[in-house]
Amino acid sequence: MTEQNTTAAGLIRLSAAALAEKLRAGEVTAVEATQAHLDRIATVDGGERGVNAFLHVNAEEALAVAAEVDAIRAAGGAEAEALHYLAGVPIAVKDLIVTVGQPTTAGSKILEGWHSPYDATVVERLRAAKMPILGKTNLDEFAMGSSTEHSAYGPTRNPWDLDRIPGGSGGGSAAAVAAFEAPLALGTDTGGSIRQPGAVTGTVGVKPTYGSVSRYGAIAMASSLDQIGPVTRTVLDSALLHQVIGGHDPRDSTSLPEPLADLVAAAKTGNVEGLRIGIIKELHGEGYQAGVENRFNESLELLKEAGAEIVEVSCPNFQYALGAYYLIMPSEASSNLAKFDGVRYGLRVLPEEGPMTIERVMGATRAAGFGDEVKRRIILGTYALSAGYYDAYYGSAQKVRTLVQRDFDAAFAKADVLISPTAPTTAFRLGEKLDDPLAMYLNDVATIPANLAGVPGLSLPGGLADEDGLPVGIQLLAPAREDARLYRVGAVLEALLEEKWGGPLLAQAPELATSGTLETQEAK
Amino acid sequence: MSTDTILSFEEAMEKYDPVLGFEVHVELNTKTKMFSSAPNVFGDEPNTNVNEVDLGMPGVLPVVNKTAIESSIKIGLALNCKIAETCRFARKQYFYPDTPKNFQTSQYDEPIAYDGYLDVELEDGTVFRVEIERAHMEEDAGKLTHMGGATGRIQGADFSLVDYNRAGVPLVEIVTKPIEGAGSRAPELAKAYVAAVREIVKNLGVSDAKMERGNVRCDANVSLRPHGRERFGIRSETKNVNSLRAVEHAVRYEIQRHAAVLDSGEPVIQETRHWHEDTRTTTSGRAKSDADDYRYFPEPDLVPMVASREWVEELRATLPEPPAERRKRLKADWGYSDLEFRDVVNAGVLDEIEETIAAGASASVARKWWMGEIVGRAKAADVDPGQLGVQPATIVELAQMVEAGKINNKMAAQVLDGVLAGEGTPAEIVEKRGLAVVSDDGPLLEAIDAALAAQPDVADKIRGGKVQAIGAIVGGVMKATRGQADAGRVRELILEKLGVTAQ
Repeated sequence: MTEQNTTAAGLIRLSAAALAEKLRAGEVTAVEATQAHLDRIATVDGGERGVNAFLHVNAEEALAVAAEVDAIRAAGGAEAEALHYLAGVPIAVKDLIVTVGQPTTAGSKILEGWHSPYDATVVERLRAAKMPILGKTNLDEFAMGSSTEHSAYGPTRNPWDLDRIPGGSGGGSAAAVAAFEAPLALGTDTGGSIRQPGAVTGTVGVKPTYGSVSRYGAIAMASSLDQIGPVTRTVLDSALLHQVIGGHDPRDSTSLPEPLADLVAAAKTGNVEGLRIGIIKELHGEGYQAGVENRFNESLELLKEAGAEIVEVSCPNFQYALGAYYLIMPSEASSNLAKFDGVRYGLRVLPEEGPMTIERVMGATRAAGFGDEVKRRIILGTYALSAGYYDAYYGSAQKVRTLVQRDFDAAFAKADVLISPTAPTTAFRLGEKLDDPLAMYLNDVATIPANLAGVPGLSLPGGLADEDGLPVGIQLLAPAREDARLYRVGAVLEALLEEKWGGPLLAQAPELATSGTLETQEAK
Repeated sequence: MSTDTILSFEEAMEKYDPVLGFEVHVELNTKTKMFSSAPNVFGDEPNTNVNEVDLGMPGVLPVVNKTAIESSIKIGLALNCKIAETCRFARKQYFYPDTPKNFQTSQYDEPIAYDGYLDVELEDGTVFRVEIERAHMEEDAGKLTHMGGATGRIQGADFSLVDYNRAGVPLVEIVTKPIEGAGSRAPELAKAYVAAVREIVKNLGVSDAKMERGNVRCDANVSLRPHGRERFGIRSETKNVNSLRAVEHAVRYEIQRHAAVLDSGEPVIQETRHWHEDTRTTTSGRAKSDADDYRYFPEPDLVPMVASREWVEELRATLPEPPAERRKRLKADWGYSDLEFRDVVNAGVLDEIEETIAAGASASVARKWWMGEIVGRAKAADVDPGQLGVQPATIVELAQMVEAGKINNKMAAQVLDGVLAGEGTPAEIVEKRGLAVVSDDGPLLEAIDAALAAQPDVADKIRGGKVQAIGAIVGGVMKATRGQADAGRVRELILEKLGVTAQ
């Protein structure tokens, strides 16, 4: 290895905060940092055994933004002073979020080749902070799935074990961060799509309070549940990114008018003394892998030692949450996905025979453009909203939603933060649950209640399961608008765990072999 | 196109009792659309007043137009409705390319206004109360144009063009309760109801209210039942009847058609009907059943709207006087006869006369000028009287000149022409054109002598006491002086000359 390669290998392993410090200190340029990540993508992402985290690599624009940051820094003065803390720190964006200048596919054939005429609000904010966008990451089609196997562009592989799933739907973003292809990524979380991939890839993922990050430009799956959030390797990095993308947006009617408390400061608080941390009785134990349970208990011990008070809370209605979720989510999705009909943009498929009516063109387009999981949920949602079934399905699910919110209210009366494993198991093998949708859905049992109630959740690495050596996620939940508590507790737990491990968990991940070439990446 | 059998209206009325119902869509004249910042402008190049929200691009979200809510509340208040404290939008789902999202964002079971009424005045002054079920907000759809077919309808067309400029334009849909008891006046009531709604939204300033542009569109529901039966018959819904005359004709036609169907013993089919202005008939549209499933559910991208009582009262305080009440007040204030007042209303110069009176003219002078002079000129120029640009102050000035004897009525009319031609103020035109009543008796006496000499028999009659015959002589003098003489003074001089005492 040459000296330069050693430097690049070091750069990609830096946290975003550490990289930002080096950029500010002039020890490294934004172009060097961006190029190092592009090189890493070129090395590990493509080919047969590549991670396949990226659907599109945005090298030219990312380098141009990086060069602009370097030029501003070199010129000094007020403009350099005004640069955002994360200026020049590259980021990957889930391909559910629209971007000008890059294709947006939502992981679906129906949007193959489509370019958005506008930027999502969060993308505008990344651009305002001058963060180079490395590219768009893989996902389950329209974010429907827990393994990224439902992507129309092939599954993403888990960097810990390339034969295993990286979680979903945001497996691309989590795998990119875990494989050191990007220090930061954006995800979207409707039922756990940020947190569950975080858990199974040993990364940090946050689903912010509903309404605290604008959804404008995130292709909607279930409007009342979707939320954009950070995917990172450290809790502090998530807080930094959350502050870039968060805040009121007049284009999103569900956007909260008031800003959240200082999240970065919360991540730097450094203590949990006197905080009441509630174990949710219904979200551990039976149905949870033994290794997951062990790591979970270990985290509880550490928090207790750090001065937190561990209490037990019960959320009896959580047992209905998964069922309610699988009525509300497909109902909204069936409506949100109606616009993909081949009339105005994206794929258009003409019927092979018979009359060329609009209904038949729409039908042929949707039959060819949507994958099985998307069709399954559209059918489910269409049925649940049908006259005569609405009250029994959608109506009842909304009642459960209210009950879940009440359970949270009661729990937060007893505890400042709630804690559970993020997912019941570690990463399963590719293909293992592909033919069993119900087993796949069960993976989100611990993450879904937060979406139903709109409360924030954070997943951080809790160690490796004894039986398979794969990452386990610990989930923290806080009351709505109290995202700061997640960062405070998360950062403390992270520090305690890393002290125990002697460094970040991802340092224990296997080295990835060179899997592809730059050419194959550019071909994407 | 098959032709339906119809009964005569009289026969239909003998046998059946009509029940009506109306859905009137009012396009609001907000600057921007219901849920996007794209301009709400009629008549522009297709697909220019659109942004990513109107086109239903992936990732977009709606934001409610506050002015549209205000306008909707005003309409609700003007229709004597209750205003909901909170209400929501829903998604009405159907696949059709005029709605870019394949659902229409519309209020469903939570309308912003409900339980109102509108008192509709028929031509003979009878007042008929129409109960309003609700007024709810929704967005308009895009406009499809079907090309290549004979009928302009989608059947038989080669392809269709879609213009999304109208997609997302704010609409308020006003729905009546079933209207019973109109009897043979049903067609007249239909026209009067739609006219009253149009007048109200125009008066509120919330809509341009031009039916020919589709600002106000009416769907007319008609059903018949035998006299004395309480249960409603099966209804038809005639869509998009877009002129007042057409509303009247469509209701009349549907009554006649339903009567013929019922007479034949066949059931009326519940369906939509298309109105044809050329033949004044309807044809069958789409079969419609109450089971049409639009899979409504609350719009999750919008939060509930809250109309605080304070806000509603603030808006109520800004409402203009209702048109019917205003007419009643003005008629009494001005002392016009029924006929005079109706003519003024029909000529569309109510506002103008009101302003002219406010500027200082008497009610009769204002009416004389507008009805006698300006309406005719507007008709000749093919514009609305108000569009001629006659200022109330001009009329007041002209009237004062006539009253002071500076000019006579005939001259005043010439001065008005001068004003309309942009020659200046009335005073300037009188000066420029040399228009002044001749008050020097010298030239007048000469003209009087000539007129008397020309009509000696008339002169004798006057001498003989038939003073009313004087008009012929006065006319002769006026003619000789080209109208510039003061007719009153002429009369005095003639009598003086003939030695007759004025009576």
